[in-house]
Amino acid sequence: MAGNYALSVVTLILYFAYTGQAWNVMMGFAGQLSLGHSLYVGVGAYAAGGLFFHYGIGPWAGLPLAILFCVALGLIIGFLAFRFGISGVYFALLTIAFAEFTRIGFDHLDWLGGPGGMFLKVAQRDTWDILNFRGPPLMYYYAMLFLCGAALALCSWLLKSKAGYYWQAIRENEEAAQALGINTFRWKMLAVAISSAMTAVSGVFFAFYYNNLFPEQIFHISRSIEIILGPIIGGIGTLFGPILGAAVLTLLSDGITDGLAALGWEIPGIKQVFYGVVLLAVIMFLPNGIWPPIARKLKL
Amino acid sequence: MSFDLVANVVVAGVLTGLVYGLMALGLSVIFGVVRVVNFAHGEMMTIAMYAATVLFASLGLDPFLCILPAALAFFLFGYVLQAGLINPFITRPEHSQFMLLVAVAIIMVNALLMIFGPSARSIQVDYQLESFEIGKILVDKARLFAALAAVVTAGLLFSFFKFSLIGKAIRACADNHLGALVVGLDVKKLYALTFGLGSVCVAVAGCAMVLLVDVTPPLGPAYTLLAFVIVIVGGLGSMPGALLGGVLIGVSEALAGLLIAPSAKSMFSFGLLILILLLRPQGLLGKNP
Repeated sequence: MAGNYALSVVTLILYFAYTGQAWNVMMGFAGQLSLGHSLYVGVGAYAAGGLFFHYGIGPWAGLPLAILFCVALGLIIGFLAFRFGISGVYFALLTIAFAEFTRIGFDHLDWLGGPGGMFLKVAQRDTWDILNFRGPPLMYYYAMLFLCGAALALCSWLLKSKAGYYWQAIRENEEAAQALGINTFRWKMLAVAISSAMTAVSGVFFAFYYNNLFPEQIFHISRSIEIILGPIIGGIGTLFGPILGAAVLTLLSDGITDGLAALGWEIPGIKQVFYGVVLLAVIMFLPNGIWPPIARKLKL
Repeated sequence: MSFDLVANVVVAGVLTGLVYGLMALGLSVIFGVVRVVNFAHGEMMTIAMYAATVLFASLGLDPFLCILPAALAFFLFGYVLQAGLINPFITRPEHSQFMLLVAVAIIMVNALLMIFGPSARSIQVDYQLESFEIGKILVDKARLFAALAAVVTAGLLFSFFKFSLIGKAIRACADNHLGALVVGLDVKKLYALTFGLGSVCVAVAGCAMVLLVDVTPPLGPAYTLLAFVIVIVGGLGSMPGALLGGVLIGVSEALAGLLIAPSAKSMFSFGLLILILLLRPQGLLGKNP
């Protein structure tokens, strides 16, 4: 079973790499700091999960619904923020407020399980049933691997396209970009839409991989922070940053857990303290993330 | 739903809100002057609350007597934190500042978890069970004292900023950073001083709050968010605004708890934040941008 454990770790890395990449589109490319991205994971998960739980409808039908809801939410938040000129810290706080509001809201939504959670039935874990997205851990690994690859390809294409250049202009100096005639509102909305759509897919995966959804967990601000840790540590705005960051953080987290267990220091909270210290160190000494210095060394 | 019940709940909300307001005042001062998003603000308040429980358990010190030593200790802590750790980040992009303080917050919350464990801690003093009767309204003694402590501290801070020379210098830094430098103000030291003062607010608010609420480590992030909601609702850069925002949130939480469900009270606060951000982003008492 050791193979399954390693597989689950890698799947987790790929999950955070993919979701981090999705967030990166909004932040690294277009410069909009979203600290409430757990909103999209949660809404995507509950949309697909709810359809399956109540009507037995499989994930492939749930997927477009999840994307629809998340894009709609993202566009609402984007519209409200950008039309009213909210940016920077205020935008970040707005995203937090929406995520928190939704968290508490879902806690009171008994039709979707409420605080007790929603549990999806797992038919089987042996054969690859792609239609219902049920199977052995290997299937989920390949699914996430595919998603990561697709995200990488998409982001690579986006960066080199007109969208990419406009976004970078907006990120660096929005007023100058407007002066050049770029419709910053439209392009920022596009970034938000793509980011939320991609994150919705994360949510659907989450629902059918973990099979239990709790509002307190999935919408919690710690989830939002987890999502952004990878890209920030790896390197915001870069293509490989989110992947590298997710790998480093997950392996570090596991390594710290094992190391502490070996030393016998199993006090609750000690792992998080180490985590925080490493985070602090990276932010202080490698402010642009781990990837840029490595890329320089590799002459990329 | 008798009028008496609602009145009692509102009064309790106002008094608690004043303590919230003091906590938010600290954040407003820090954010308004140093322009750093102190995402560890609530965590610092939680540390203050735990410190009060420790002093009470070991020395039998009433939390209100803890205020002075706590304020001093926190002033020094805030000063050193700003001067040592945060200062280089002032010119860095917002997400860097934010992540720096998130890291500090993570360390703080989990260090508290390591030291004190997850179960709630509280302080039991005699006067917590007593109350004053004003007509039909019962005012908890502990709550009234806590609110008084908050108001006195806020008043002292107001006077400091209005009448003292250093206070004026700090306000100058906030209004015009470049101008302050040109005039020769030691901005780095003033920033550290401001952070220290913000931390004093948190220390006093913590000592006051511990009589009203049991303390657990997860209170930290919750209070951080609450402080931000209050500051934005009240208006950034407005000290009376922070107190007003605190009272508003305190009352709305109390009423939401009474009328809807206790678990939904934060929903109100976040809803209010969203409304304010959209309709009046400078806050109720903030200056028009």
